Amino acid sequence: MLSVRGLDLFYGDAQALSQVSLEVPKGEIVAIVGANGAGKSSLIRAISGIEPASAGEVLFMGKPIGKLAPHEICDLGIGQVAEGRQVFPTLTVEENLEMGGLLPRARASARDRMAEVYRMFPQLAQRRRQLAGTLSGGEQQMLAIGRCLMGNPELIMFDEPSLGLAPLVVQEVLHAIRALNEKGMTVLLVEQNVAVSLKISAHAYVLENGGIAMSGRGSELLHDDRVRQAYLGL
Amino acid sequence: MPLDLLANVIIAGVLTGLVYGLMALGLSVIFGVVRVVNFAHGEMMTIAMYAAVLLFGAFRLDPFLAVLPVAAAFFAFGYALQAGLINPFITRPEHSQFILMVAVAIIMVNGLLIGFGPDARNVQTDYQLESIEIGKLLVDKARLYAAVVALAASALLFAFFRFASAGKAIRACADNHLGALVVGLRVKHLYALTFGLGSACVAIAGCMMILLVDVTPNLGPAYTLLAFVIVIVGGLGSMAGALLGGVLIGVSEALAGLLITPSAKSMFSFGLLILVLLFRPQGLLGRKA
Repeated sequence: MLSVRGLDLFYGDAQALSQVSLEVPKGEIVAIVGANGAGKSSLIRAISGIEPASAGEVLFMGKPIGKLAPHEICDLGIGQVAEGRQVFPTLTVEENLEMGGLLPRARASARDRMAEVYRMFPQLAQRRRQLAGTLSGGEQQMLAIGRCLMGNPELIMFDEPSLGLAPLVVQEVLHAIRALNEKGMTVLLVEQNVAVSLKISAHAYVLENGGIAMSGRGSELLHDDRVRQAYLGL
Repeated sequence: MPLDLLANVIIAGVLTGLVYGLMALGLSVIFGVVRVVNFAHGEMMTIAMYAAVLLFGAFRLDPFLAVLPVAAAFFAFGYALQAGLINPFITRPEHSQFILMVAVAIIMVNGLLIGFGPDARNVQTDYQLESIEIGKLLVDKARLYAAVVALAASALLFAFFRFASAGKAIRACADNHLGALVVGLRVKHLYALTFGLGSACVAIAGCMMILLVDVTPNLGPAYTLLAFVIVIVGGLGSMAGALLGGVLIGVSEALAGLLITPSAKSMFSFGLLILVLLFRPQGLLGRKA
């Protein structure tokens, strides 16, 4: 569904990504793991058009999207749950969700979709008139996921969804991601929490210094000695 | 001093202040969302005043009716200015944004000087000399109507930001730029929309102000400064703050005219600015950064 081929990304002179290639097949969970600063977030920013890549191409359902603006890429069905959640703190929960539903592809079905989001995350329904900035970290993460779903995506990129959350809440978020995937959602998951993401992903890539160092089935990597030493501390 | 004179002066100050407030609201909204300071704000105000003068001269169009075409034209101009000229500067350092907007302001002032010369212009309607008597109070008709229009325009803007999808989306952009990109809001379009709305505010304020004062090209920089003072007194980025600041400055100017001499009015408004900066640097209704 999503193919990245030979992607390079520079911030000024600093190279954040070099020759990154990967495939995200429809209906699967693909994980990108790696240490802080390995280029995981840069990869997501490049795919979503927020930081244009300097070389390489990104194809979504066979169509090149490298030259498109972020809102056009969203409207093709590539949703994103960004690192740090990035909710709108002075808008209410409901207004935050509305913002996700403004995409042309999502406008017609926004009402139904909001009901669906509230069914999925009942806490959000209880707090619909509350300002998003007053929610707990976990609730904000639910809101960020809900807001993304409002855009009717075919593929969701999760950037560090477990960051800064209590372990129980992390379980809840992962459960939500898995539930979405079981309903057919394609997922690109970027995580520092290597053990967890390798467990739930079908396929995974290890990103080191801006390049793909290894890739394989999640369960294989989980038992790979290098991965165990470098990322799991075993 | 007779109390009713004082009351009359204060009422006139409040009414003028509401028009000031609408002008400053435009500046505040643009800064609050786009994070670019419109150093050409007062110059745009004077262009709107000249537009009202021209429409009055050519078609006898009352400034209260001229509001509609002038505001529409300013909206379009503001949208185009942001989309064409300012958007490419959004990610540049502040000093280059500053130079850009100062350049726009200088072009505007000198354009007006070329077009209209340095002499003062105004419009003359019947109701400018009329007033309404309420007991012992005398309220200028033109000033009262101007204030009502300014309040109505502000209320419309508040309602737009509160209830319209585009208004909420603009607030979302101001709240979290990355968040706006991530959900696929068309940030540049929304910035241009914001600049258009801020320009429309200043256009309406200009059409009202021409009923109260004469216009010269050099009024532009003075109004830019005044708009800054108001926005800083009221609280940068706070819409209600801009209106409140406008009213306070309007009243302080009127009182200066009554108590000392009209030319001392800036002394009063800058005094107020210094007090606010000393004791409440975030502005009266501003939030702490």
